[in-house]
Amino acid sequence: MAMDKKQVKEVIAKRVALELHDGDLVNLGIGLPTMVANFIPEGTEVFFQSENGLIGLGPAPSEEDIDWNLTNAGGMPVTLLPGGCYFDSATSFGIIRGGHVAATVLGALQVDSKGNLANWKIPGKMVPGMGGAMDLTVGAKRVIIAMVHTQKGAHKILKECTLPLTAKQQVNLIITEMAVMEVTEKGLVLKEIGPETTVEDVVAATGAELIIPEDIKHFGL
Amino acid sequence: MKKLITMKEAVSKIQDGMTVMVGGFLGCGSPDKIIDALVESGAKDLTLIANDTAFPDKGIGKLVVTKQFKKIIVSHIGTNPETGRQMNAEETEVELVPQGTLAERIRCGGFGLGGILTPTGIGTEVEDEKQRIKVDGKIYLLETPIKADVAIIRGCKVDKKGNVYYSATARNFNPLMAMAAETVIVEAVEIVEAGELDPECIVTPFTFVDYIVGGDK
Repeated sequence: MAMDKKQVKEVIAKRVALELHDGDLVNLGIGLPTMVANFIPEGTEVFFQSENGLIGLGPAPSEEDIDWNLTNAGGMPVTLLPGGCYFDSATSFGIIRGGHVAATVLGALQVDSKGNLANWKIPGKMVPGMGGAMDLTVGAKRVIIAMVHTQKGAHKILKECTLPLTAKQQVNLIITEMAVMEVTEKGLVLKEIGPETTVEDVVAATGAELIIPEDIKHFGL
Repeated sequence: MKKLITMKEAVSKIQDGMTVMVGGFLGCGSPDKIIDALVESGAKDLTLIANDTAFPDKGIGKLVVTKQFKKIIVSHIGTNPETGRQMNAEETEVELVPQGTLAERIRCGGFGLGGILTPTGIGTEVEDEKQRIKVDGKIYLLETPIKADVAIIRGCKVDKKGNVYYSATARNFNPLMAMAAETVIVEAVEIVEAGELDPECIVTPFTFVDYIVGGDK
């Protein structure tokens, strides 16, 4: 039975959550990556940074507790967990650029076998801007891309990105509903495949060559 | 020195063609009342330096809709379709700067520094025409300082001397901009007497603030 859109996103977010470790400081991008916070395994304490100026991102507030001075990097009201703190934008990016963030989870328009990422610009069409993505990819110790494997059937995982880059050779891991792939010096290594997928399906849906070990396990079952 | 001024006086400091820094992050912590007054004043051909262009009906985005900028220097325009439209139609010049680099360029402007060396943007369009400098074997881009004629920022509590206390994530770019402009106007949510703010909680020292407006709360 094919997964619906919501299930696809949940499968991805759940698998990404397994990559985060106790005590990690993590920055989640807007959209699908934000969902990762809902699936942190019990017993693992992860701290989330929001680049607009806080560590200790908590859940969304109820209607009556909304404080418009307390928002996330998407401009939406959030809460601060006990022990959380605030800082200005220079400190926030010092945390990011200075290597103090264990992992960042971001979406992508394209990502390639060299670990290049494109997610800020489609020339002539859509130019949202890079926001904090260029700093995050350069500064975070680990860059995890969380995205749906293809865009309406078109490949997003390529031999080489064709869109303007956000970062050169900074991506470490790509997680989709179909696969977990690690960027290595030799190329993309297929580590795991999704709950309703075969290796052949993954190969067909990927625009880059995959290094396929003999023993591949399923995730998300 | 009396720093408290009326909104009319505040807006008169921002004249056609000036470069203006505006605090805020997607509308959070932005000086909304000064922005509304600027929409009324019609000041034009301004250059904007801000984190983003917020939303068409919120924060600095309102001044994009009224076409009061000739140039916009920000890290993100994705939440305001009008900015993208004006950019694509070549009505407004848009310079996109990585957020951390933007923060540092503003900080350099205020701190008297000649620039910073950052790894951000290496191997991307951001690198174009910039000087690459190698330090201890690693390549960095030289990013230069930026300053403004006027900075308009927002504080949650401001004392009559001009010391500023922010609240939560409403801080963002505000304290950096408070140091990087010729004239600094703070919109206060609440104005208190000097001595009422805990000096340990003051983020922007009064010396950077020229004028205070608002305090209607």
